[in-house]
Amino acid sequence: MTEANTESNSAAPMIRMQAVNKHFGPLHVLKDIELEVPRGQVVIVLGPSGSGKSTLCRSINRLETIDSGVIEVDGKALPAEGKALARLRADVGMVFQQFNLFAHKSIVDNVLLAPVKVRKVSQSEARKTAMELLERVGIANQADKYPAQLSGGQQQRAAIARALAMRPKVMLFDEPTSALDPEMVQEVLDVMTSLAKEGMTMLVVTHEMGFARRAADRVIFMSDGEIVEDSTPDEFFTAPKSGRAKDFLAKILTH
Amino acid sequence: MFDFLSKYDVLGAFWVTVQLTLYAALGSLIWGTILAGFRVSPVPLLRAFGTAYINIVRNTPLTLIIVGTLLGLSQTLGVTMGTNVLDSQNFRLATLGLIAYTSTFVCESIRSGINTVPVGQAEAARALGLGFGQVLGVIVLPQAFRSVIAPLASVLIALTKNTTVASAIGVAEASFVMNNMIENESDKLFLVFGVVALGFVVLTLPTGLILGWVAKKVAVKR
Repeated sequence: MTEANTESNSAAPMIRMQAVNKHFGPLHVLKDIELEVPRGQVVIVLGPSGSGKSTLCRSINRLETIDSGVIEVDGKALPAEGKALARLRADVGMVFQQFNLFAHKSIVDNVLLAPVKVRKVSQSEARKTAMELLERVGIANQADKYPAQLSGGQQQRAAIARALAMRPKVMLFDEPTSALDPEMVQEVLDVMTSLAKEGMTMLVVTHEMGFARRAADRVIFMSDGEIVEDSTPDEFFTAPKSGRAKDFLAKILTH
Repeated sequence: MFDFLSKYDVLGAFWVTVQLTLYAALGSLIWGTILAGFRVSPVPLLRAFGTAYINIVRNTPLTLIIVGTLLGLSQTLGVTMGTNVLDSQNFRLATLGLIAYTSTFVCESIRSGINTVPVGQAEAARALGLGFGQVLGVIVLPQAFRSVIAPLASVLIALTKNTTVASAIGVAEASFVMNNMIENESDKLFLVFGVVALGFVVLTLPTGLILGWVAKKVAVKR
């Protein structure tokens, strides 16, 4: 149901970042970032807060601009703000910490809005696909409610369905479970795990270590705007190389 | 006591007031929304135009604008507003002046409404590939409007009363007739005031009540 668009440039990596730098005023939030994500890979980005991992995630569809460097998605450099950028964003799914469902639209309308407005799919076809996606994330019975009437976990699953409705080539998750009550985290992670199993290319910023171990092909550890470690989950969790990663893991895993 | 009223077309005058209000309200809602779009647009030139327009027009007295439409637009530049009948011409000029003026207040209300829409709403829309116009038209403005119905009701009430300035260029609305009555019935001064004031209350009170109810009804729950 979510297979990537076929006209992709299969030689290039799905995401490529080269010598990317960004400053917030005097703060250097991204320092010479080099990253390639091949298609089909699930990359988890870990790191303490303020390490630049959210900024990295948001820069990939240009919700954050960068000061220098190159970012390519599916072999194409990010264009400047405008129609070309909108087209590229349509192929990049994004899930936010705060869900950001459109508050004045029902759940099903949230999901079918972009296919109708951007892809020009017919209303009835978009509704059918939207209902299938909501079925898949387990909230088809909430389709006609408004976002404020749903629990956080349900809202986040709806947000994932909304992103999938565009049939994205790659999915970005910016701390998708950080705003959820603990008992709702699992239902969202389950949806993400099944997505990973189906071969979706994913870049996930998270603090969920269990999910990182289970679903990740690769773990990136960031600290102070740099990529400090880039390894498999097993390596990262059992034998971290850098002091900063050891320090981070010690704090997270012992609480 | 109220016999003198039969000598004047009070109802007709208030009908002109209502017409001025409705046309000007519709016009300033449209123009004000466009101005608000300019003020939040990514194009610097449009933003600059919006800011300059608001600051100049909002700070100019309405009487100056209305008289300016007659002396400047009509008599100097020869704009006829599509009619040769003097009364209709003045009515249209007054409507234009009211739209130019009231739209600045509509724009600023809508802009404050836009600020109540969390930035994440626009980000999510952009991330889905919607363009600037779609983000504004489909996601941001519909939510912004719902949160500013109450302030817009205040603007509408102010507009209703501001239509009295149209008498400055001879539009025969309520205050124009009031001036006539005061001149001829000076012994019934307070009665004349009372009748006209009551007329305006009848127009504006329901506006506030109804729109207040609508505002509650359509509020976006977050």
